[in-house]
Amino acid sequence: MSEATSHDGVQAITFYRLQACPYCERVARVLEDQDRDYRSRFVEPLHSRRDVVKRVAGVRTVPVIVDERTGVTMAESANIVDYLESTYGDGPASEPAAAEAAAETGGDD
Amino acid sequence: MPEFDVVELEPTDHVESGEEAPDFTRPLVTDEFWEDRTLADLVDGRTILVFTPMIGSFVGKYVWDELAERGWDDREERVVGVTASTPYAVSTFLDDNDLPFEIFADPANDVAESYGLAHDLDGMAGISEPRPAFVAVDADLTVDAVWVASEWPDFPDYDALEEQFGLA
Repeated sequence: MSEATSHDGVQAITFYRLQACPYCERVARVLEDQDRDYRSRFVEPLHSRRDVVKRVAGVRTVPVIVDERTGVTMAESANIVDYLESTYGDGPASEPAAAEAAAETGGDD
Repeated sequence: MPEFDVVELEPTDHVESGEEAPDFTRPLVTDEFWEDRTLADLVDGRTILVFTPMIGSFVGKYVWDELAERGWDDREERVVGVTASTPYAVSTFLDDNDLPFEIFADPANDVAESYGLAHDLDGMAGISEPRPAFVAVDADLTVDAVWVASEWPDFPDYDALEEQFGLA
């Protein structure tokens, strides 16, 4: 896991997550696979205790990422995975693949 | 004053002024979230580490209530806690008590151990926590002031502490 090094890096991704949330773990897996520089901010299970996520992304669900390099703030794991793969992966995900991924995952925590 | 003698804590070989404070990485907890932070990266000016017993103990609560009362969140120096509780417990504690502070969560108590401030609790097998202590460090982690509890429980004379730490 990157930590201190990611903090001052201009390319750092801030990743709001919940411990053991499968949607969040899916995003974490992609970030790890891509060897992305990111910092994890853990929030709590109760949505009422997620004011920071609401302020940042306008929602109370996680995962949420904030990519300082591109200025993108994004919620919902399928969208995030597609974004990471198209922005930093081997190539842009095809539209059908992205749509399929979104259909498979449903809502986040 | 109580009629009995307050129990003394064993002497400890803790960090002293002039020494370099041990660096560490642990989740730094606010009332909203936590993330791994490394002390050396966090410190960009004089910083005061506040070690307390675990969340839930009256000792920890008294210390943080007193520091809030004294406006330690609004000082030029950064104030950062260290305790042997989970991030969940620390975050809820800060939120419930409207405490404008940030505290490192170190359930295994390794940080206090490395500072020579660990206290193994009698009657709570396997649980170690920091003894109450204040450690001031400058930007390169050199310690310049220390107060460590010597009795159980023990609280600083806060006016004297502020004078000793150059905060008066």
